[in-house]
Amino acid sequence: MSMSVTLTVNRVPHTVQLDDPRVTLLDLLRERLDLTGTKKGCDRGQCGACTILLDGRRVNSCLALAISHDGAEIQTIEGLAEGGALHPVQAAFIAHDAFQCGFCTPGQIMSAIGLIDEGQAGEDPERVREGMSGNLCRCGAYRGITEAVIEATRSMAEDAQEKAA
Amino acid sequence: MNRFEYIRPRSVAEAVAAAAIPGSAYLAAGTNLLDLMKIGVARPGRLIDLNHLPGLDAIETLPGGAVRIGAQVRNAELAHDPEFARRFPAVAEALLSGASAQLRNAATVGGNLMQRTRCAWFQDTASACNRREPGTGCDALGGENRMHAVLGWSEHCIATHPSDFCVPLVALDAVVEIEGAGGRRDIPLADFHLLPGTTPERESVLAPGELVIAVRLPAEAAGFAAHARYAKLRERTSYAFAVVSAAAGLRIANGRIVEARLALGGVAAKPWRAEAAEASLAGAAPDADAFRRAAEIAMAEAKPSGDNAFKIELARRIAIRALTQAAAGTPDRLPALPASSFASNAGAPNMGGLHV
Amino acid sequence: MSDVQRMRHGSSIGLPVTRRDGHDKVTGQARFAADNHPTGMLYAVLATSRIARGRVAFLDVAAARAHVGVVEVMVPGNRPALAIHPDDKSVPFSFKMDLLQDDRVRYAGQSIAVVIAETLEAATEGAALLAPRYAAEAVEVTLDAPGAFVPETVGVGAPAEQRHGDVEAGLDHAAHRIETTYETPLQFHNAMEPHGIVAAWDGDALSIDMPTQGLALTQMRIAAFFGIRMEDIHIRSPFIGGGFGSKLLAGPQVLGILAAKLVGRPVKLVLTRAQMYGPVTHRSATRQSLRLGAAADGQLTAIDHHVRTATSRHDDFLEPSGGISHSLYASPAIATTADAVRLDTGTPGFMRGPGEASGSIALESAMDEMAAACGIDPLEFRLRNYAEVEPITGKPFSSKALRDCYAQGATTFGWAGRPLAPRQMRDADGLLVGWGLGTAIFPAMMFQAEARAVLRRDGTGLVEAGIHDMGQGAWTAFAQIAADSLGLDIDQVEFRGGRSDLPNAGIAGGSGHTATAGGAIHAAGGQAIARLTELAVADPRSPLFGAGNVGVVARDGRLVRWDDESRGETYGDILARAGLDMVEGQGSAAADQATAEQYSLHAHGAVFAEVKVDPELGQVRVTRLVGAFAAGRIINPRMVRSQYYGGMIWGLSFALHEHAAMDVRTGRVMNADLAEYRVPVNADVPSVEAILVEEEDPHVNALGIKGVGEIGITGTAGAIANAVWHATGVRVRKFPIALEAFSGA
Ligand SMILES: Cc1cc2nc3c(=O)[nH]c(=O)nc-3n(C[C@H](O)[C@H](O)[C@H](O)COP(=O)(O)OP(=O)(O)OC[C@H]3O[C@@H](n4cnc5c(N)ncnc54)[C@H](O)[C@@H]3O)c2cc1C
Ligand code: SF4
Ligand code: FES
Ligand code: FES
Repeated sequence: MSMSVTLTVNRVPHTVQLDDPRVTLLDLLRERLDLTGTKKGCDRGQCGACTILLDGRRVNSCLALAISHDGAEIQTIEGLAEGGALHPVQAAFIAHDAFQCGFCTPGQIMSAIGLIDEGQAGEDPERVREGMSGNLCRCGAYRGITEAVIEATRSMAEDAQEKAA
Repeated sequence: MNRFEYIRPRSVAEAVAAAAIPGSAYLAAGTNLLDLMKIGVARPGRLIDLNHLPGLDAIETLPGGAVRIGAQVRNAELAHDPEFARRFPAVAEALLSGASAQLRNAATVGGNLMQRTRCAWFQDTASACNRREPGTGCDALGGENRMHAVLGWSEHCIATHPSDFCVPLVALDAVVEIEGAGGRRDIPLADFHLLPGTTPERESVLAPGELVIAVRLPAEAAGFAAHARYAKLRERTSYAFAVVSAAAGLRIANGRIVEARLALGGVAAKPWRAEAAEASLAGAAPDADAFRRAAEIAMAEAKPSGDNAFKIELARRIAIRALTQAAAGTPDRLPALPASSFASNAGAPNMGGLHV
Repeated sequence: MSDVQRMRHGSSIGLPVTRRDGHDKVTGQARFAADNHPTGMLYAVLATSRIARGRVAFLDVAAARAHVGVVEVMVPGNRPALAIHPDDKSVPFSFKMDLLQDDRVRYAGQSIAVVIAETLEAATEGAALLAPRYAAEAVEVTLDAPGAFVPETVGVGAPAEQRHGDVEAGLDHAAHRIETTYETPLQFHNAMEPHGIVAAWDGDALSIDMPTQGLALTQMRIAAFFGIRMEDIHIRSPFIGGGFGSKLLAGPQVLGILAAKLVGRPVKLVLTRAQMYGPVTHRSATRQSLRLGAAADGQLTAIDHHVRTATSRHDDFLEPSGGISHSLYASPAIATTADAVRLDTGTPGFMRGPGEASGSIALESAMDEMAAACGIDPLEFRLRNYAEVEPITGKPFSSKALRDCYAQGATTFGWAGRPLAPRQMRDADGLLVGWGLGTAIFPAMMFQAEARAVLRRDGTGLVEAGIHDMGQGAWTAFAQIAADSLGLDIDQVEFRGGRSDLPNAGIAGGSGHTATAGGAIHAAGGQAIARLTELAVADPRSPLFGAGNVGVVARDGRLVRWDDESRGETYGDILARAGLDMVEGQGSAAADQATAEQYSLHAHGAVFAEVKVDPELGQVRVTRLVGAFAAGRIINPRMVRSQYYGGMIWGLSFALHEHAAMDVRTGRVMNADLAEYRVPVNADVPSVEAILVEEEDPHVNALGIKGVGEIGITGTAGAIANAVWHATGVRVRKFPIALEAFSGA
């Protein structure tokens, strides 16, 4: 049983022939599309390392069946830096030392972008912490992560204002 | 994960027809089902994908004020729907206290109702488990089972239902709309999940192949909006299942409780509606004594199923907490940490203001 | 914030340079081992045992093979031969391994087969289809197992029993005495990156992508297993997704190498999260009995610290929890003793702060209990028992700025005015508030490392050392040291590391990597500069002619006279005139026995914790953590702070969260995941702060570095436990602190 799935990943359309319906979005990205920036920490929705934006919303790609998301729009860590310029969240992660080993980092950054877009947390540190709690960091970079998300929220809001003006 | 046949029906009728074949399972977001398939607990031969079905993803207000939530509405979408959250704040709070933002973005209403227990022995295919494999026994008995049920359990199974969402829903008289080969039927959520008895493998009243298509909250449920809270005790500040939880709703007039709703989570194989406790509150002043009494009544039948006697007292206390907070009034905005002990602690390091 | 002084003009040492690998890590370009995919690669998945002791009686190999996509099933019968037995431990720091040598099962989670397939999905299902049947035997997995024995050594060769003074006399004469027992749980490292490997054979040569904290040791171990030369093994480990001691040597990944050999194709093998609870070592549970005596004025008269711990039935590693009592508090009498049981578990190993972490929470809790018994403020009590020399040996400390740590930490935290009695403070919401303190300590260790430094004619430098970055910031800190050693700007230096074909930089462990490999780099750069200087001072055409080696300093790519900086020339000019493309220096560093015999070498710190506890429900949150640490010279304060934060969060996890729940009937870990094996989430850490206390250490090593990777756990875990007591009045002695403790409160 071969099935084809069409996905737009980082604005590039991909049509993948799937020999196997069991493939998760995470394994599809990592093992079949060579987009290995998205990480697997648990494969069970328990760590957030595999966070991607699926049709604009942050989800755990390890618990999403690729075949079920035919036609979806996906954004991963590889698609963020445009023309070499870092996304504000990426830049803020470096500035605030929001990672150590870097393994959870792609998931943290995608989650942060989702969080900022959801607009529920704003610059309230407690809401940011809660909103980022689906991303474990065993290195314990939480302080930097919270600071980076708040800074990026602020700078993105300022950019948006400037653009609007 | 076993190989399976993937089926993408175009309509509810097609889905129900497809699911009539034994070995079929509905796939909503998959945050529970795929997880269980990965660890070998679920091995369905056919997956019927609900994600492309029309008509299951709406939140509608019905004439008369009831709200109908499609089975495929995502947990986050529902919690953040302003009108819904205003009318049913405890439901929104419960949703937002569950899992993580990522999981809530994916998880569906139907999937949340139907999620399986988190019992460690249920998840471990090398252990005996009557719920997973009828007749094999229950290895949770005699294990480190501090998180197991204290109400409604049997010697055959002591598991709990893990949902937060279902707790305020059952308190608010939610009704589950079901579609099956034989047509459509409505079942009150209170009757939807089954206690284990001698058949713990039967977790709900759904017959094989039946589909949850929506959950309805009656208009009256919005009458508690001014005094409705969810409280959840957990073992880390976020991203953890409830040890015990409670949803409370009050209608208060002239300093007296007109009507109360109370349900408990984490205590039984179903979301536990405490009707006798509710009755004890009707007409009472919303004070500590009344709440303590109600909590005692709610847990009157409780008994430990292992190392978990402490949960009985904690369940009383979480009930009191939810009632107390409900009495104080629903906040305008949900706290930063929904349903948490630390909800109103704004997070700024508290250097002063200590009350000695 | 007083960042430690820069070493010399123009050097970035002591500056908070941002991570040099930062860009790669935030863009997803950083390639971790499992991100590699050589052509023709197959997927290997482990099948692991669900029993803890016995034999594998049957594996349904036929069913696995029949699954579409499965290429091969590796079992003891067809596993390629190894040159040495998996139980061979001739390589330092190695443990006995389970590499399908037979059908015996020694612990739950042991590898019993490997399924190799065209896709990950097929290999995974193939492993499930093996549906093993076992001949199971009864297991022992608790500290109460029969057959307790008294070991000779604990940890890495430390005497299990150490005594100084007469403890019984000290206790007899004490005005206050406490006798308490603390229990710490079974813990697993759970680095976010599961252990993995991509292995490819080319004849007898082996190419490997694998995270390792010890490139050369891993190379040595693999060479021994396969009977091949170390030079023929090429390991790439540019990024390690957390190690914490679990990735020191090749673990079950050796099975990936065997699988690649069996099928003659490259193979990727990555452990599942559940498989991280078996063959990759852990921290054993401990039960620690402490007896303390104190005089009426609060001076300790005796410390007796007995540790019951466990190792596997087949191998030895004993968590050396008593060690912390040797060096921390002054006492005329100290005794540390240990006994242990053998269990049907994997072998324990080095887990961040091995011994120190588990010992610290017990000792700091006991100190707090004694402070309360004496009616003395916990900080004052620790100051009264401040050790001016190392208590058990009488040796002076090479440096010790612990008083400054206490003082700066207390000020920042606002410790003054803390009520002595517990359960006195509440916040505006009625939550109980408590403040606790713990002292942090960690030995300054060194191993052995080499490095190579080159100055090139174009004025740039190249430094090579097989260093390991597991998040501590090695790519950055070593580049800073390298640039400093060559007198160049950091951007002028190419730095190579993370591969096995570079000079052996030892191991990233024991918090000693920066000191050791940094020392080697420092020496290598120094030698390159010395060689260049020799060229210049001997050359009559050089402005430095005759200046003599000591009269010349390297600065910003130039050699100049130290007495007249205007006289000098660039590296490039010197090399050009000498007709050389480059000069090269070699350097090495190792622990200095003489120094270690003369001094006690330790980093110190003080950690202050505030917790809030729900008075009815017992849920605990650590609302503030302030740690002040003195650890010698700080190469990069940004990264060092991150190390402290990380360590302190491990301490938080130790006190409140993580523990493996084992079913004692079967020996299986029942929460072998990341949902129920709880580590802290972001919301658990509302406020963490680290103060870098200035400390200059002229003795410890060439760079004056003590190491910062592990000390943060020590002190913190106890501080939190003590704060919980202070908030609630309930003294919990079993960790992690569970809700049950308060349900009667
Ligand atoms: C790490 C983690 C933490 C979590 N924490 C929490 C928590 O704190 N609180 C909480 O409440 N939950 C928690 N969850 C559970 C989560 O809420 C559920 O996984 C989710 O709600 C399931 O929804 P789904 O759409 O993914 O369902 P699926 O996984 O797709 O389905 C679950 C089950 O329901 C069946 N099903 C789905 N839809 C229908 C339908 N319409 N009709 C009939 N049957 C149907 C499926 O066949 C399957 O058996 C957590 C989950 C994870 C992985
Ligand atoms: S408690 Fe229920 S779910 Fe858990 S092992 Fe027993 S029968 Fe299975
Ligand atoms: S890998 Fe998906 S949540 Fe951990
Ligand atoms: S940076 Fe290592 S796990 Fe987060």
